[in-house]
Amino acid sequence: MWIKILKCISHILAWLPLVYLLYGGYNHQLGGDPQEKVLHELGSWGLIFLLLSLSMTPARILYSRFPWIRFRRMLGLYSAFYLLLHLIIYVIFFLGFSASELLNEIIERPYITVGMLAFSGLIPLAITSTRRAQRRLGKKWKKLHQLVYPIAGLGLVHFVWQSKSDLNEPLAYVSWGIILIVLRFYPAIRKKMNKPPVSLSREKTGIVD
Amino acid sequence: MVKLKSKSRSESLTENQVTSESVFWNRREFVKRFSMGAAFASSMGGVQVFGQSDAPYSGESLRSELSSEYVITHHNNFYEFSTSKEKPAQMAKSFNPGLDWKVEITGEVEAPGTYTLEDILSWGQQEERIYRLRCVEAWSMVVPWMGFQLSNILKKVQPNSHARYVEFKTLKDSSVFPGQKRGVFGMHSLPWPYTEGLTLAEAAHPLTFIATGVYGKNLPGQNGAPLRLVVPWKYGFKSIKSIVSINFTRNQPVSTWNKRLPKEYGFFANVNPEVDHPRWSQATERRITNESFFGVKKIPTLMFNGYSDEVAHLYKGLDLRKYY
Repeated sequence: MWIKILKCISHILAWLPLVYLLYGGYNHQLGGDPQEKVLHELGSWGLIFLLLSLSMTPARILYSRFPWIRFRRMLGLYSAFYLLLHLIIYVIFFLGFSASELLNEIIERPYITVGMLAFSGLIPLAITSTRRAQRRLGKKWKKLHQLVYPIAGLGLVHFVWQSKSDLNEPLAYVSWGIILIVLRFYPAIRKKMNKPPVSLSREKTGIVD
Repeated sequence: MVKLKSKSRSESLTENQVTSESVFWNRREFVKRFSMGAAFASSMGGVQVFGQSDAPYSGESLRSELSSEYVITHHNNFYEFSTSKEKPAQMAKSFNPGLDWKVEITGEVEAPGTYTLEDILSWGQQEERIYRLRCVEAWSMVVPWMGFQLSNILKKVQPNSHARYVEFKTLKDSSVFPGQKRGVFGMHSLPWPYTEGLTLAEAAHPLTFIATGVYGKNLPGQNGAPLRLVVPWKYGFKSIKSIVSINFTRNQPVSTWNKRLPKEYGFFANVNPEVDHPRWSQATERRITNESFFGVKKIPTLMFNGYSDEVAHLYKGLDLRKYY
């Protein structure tokens, strides 16, 4: 029961950035260039949700009795949602809804190329995030979803590359990403992580939220 | 070096007292003219009927395209405060330089010295100039500046025959400009003080302007108070803010962005839709007209930001692809 309540709260929290942007946009509170502000905020939140989603597995090291893993899919889907909005805003307001210009930018601007690559990688993961797809794909599902690490890497490159001179904010995210990668692939820690916590009975079935 | 008014003191003064006579005088004239102009323009269907429309560099024809005062004063690239565009407006509230602001004029000139803002304002009349402002980041505005031609300063201090370039510097003082501290990762890597430069011919050009105000008010801190260079045919980063030093040199000065990212930002930095920034296109720009969500429109960028007739001759024979 309490996990349902927690999930409900998480859903509400996850919508707050969008509510803020809609409210601020309507009330002229997003500064002198609201379109750019919205573009950047959506991108940042997409990245934050992606890194949060990736943090759920290693979070077990901190406190193993909490079913972190059951928030992973939800966070990943919110990431895809915010990044989709990020892309839509870019195409509509920055490229004037022109497919040819999008193609042109993808070819000519490396940071756009990298961003688009990351986004296209996220699409199959979002589509196969249902429990049914998980069952159908079996072992392949896990392999497919490990793609999320290179995707997050590309997302971070995209963020750093478009920055002008202040790299402090992007580097905070990069550090977060590096910590996640280290935790994920450092074998000793990994071994500890793979020991299934007693409370996670659902995981034995191979089904995670 | 430069002493700024303490907050308590400036609060106890009325606006009238901290504003120089000449600025204030101009301000009343300006407000009168501006409001009349707006009223006239709307009643006559936008036809320009008054004031300085005959002055060749006034930019009167751009009046109908003016960006709102809010966006001009709340969308600022002023890294000395912050790399965010909204924060400078909040952070600059306590930055109110007064008439005792000092500018050091050095190098190849007949009359070097330290001059106060008061001295400099007394060197000539202030006027209004409506200029396009094109940022290298591909957004733009149309701004009604108040101020005077940089050539007024040149006439006063008399560059000698060795002077070929002019180097400008912004105040370096991290107690005034917190952005000059390095961030947690030490990766905020602009070398301070912010430095810019022009050739002497560019500096002497009648379009080259020193802004002391905008929209008929004294220049707000976030826009580069009290003295800010405006070179309308160049990308915005050339228009250095809060100037404390003007140095006349024999050799080409190294400007800050050029030093930081030489492949992306050149010394000349003339607006040129045909030469892209390595990471983005310069063919179009996003014109910011007001703060509503739909207040931005995408328009083609003009060669020399629309000032070709006035400045193209300065670059005759220069390969603009090489000297970007």
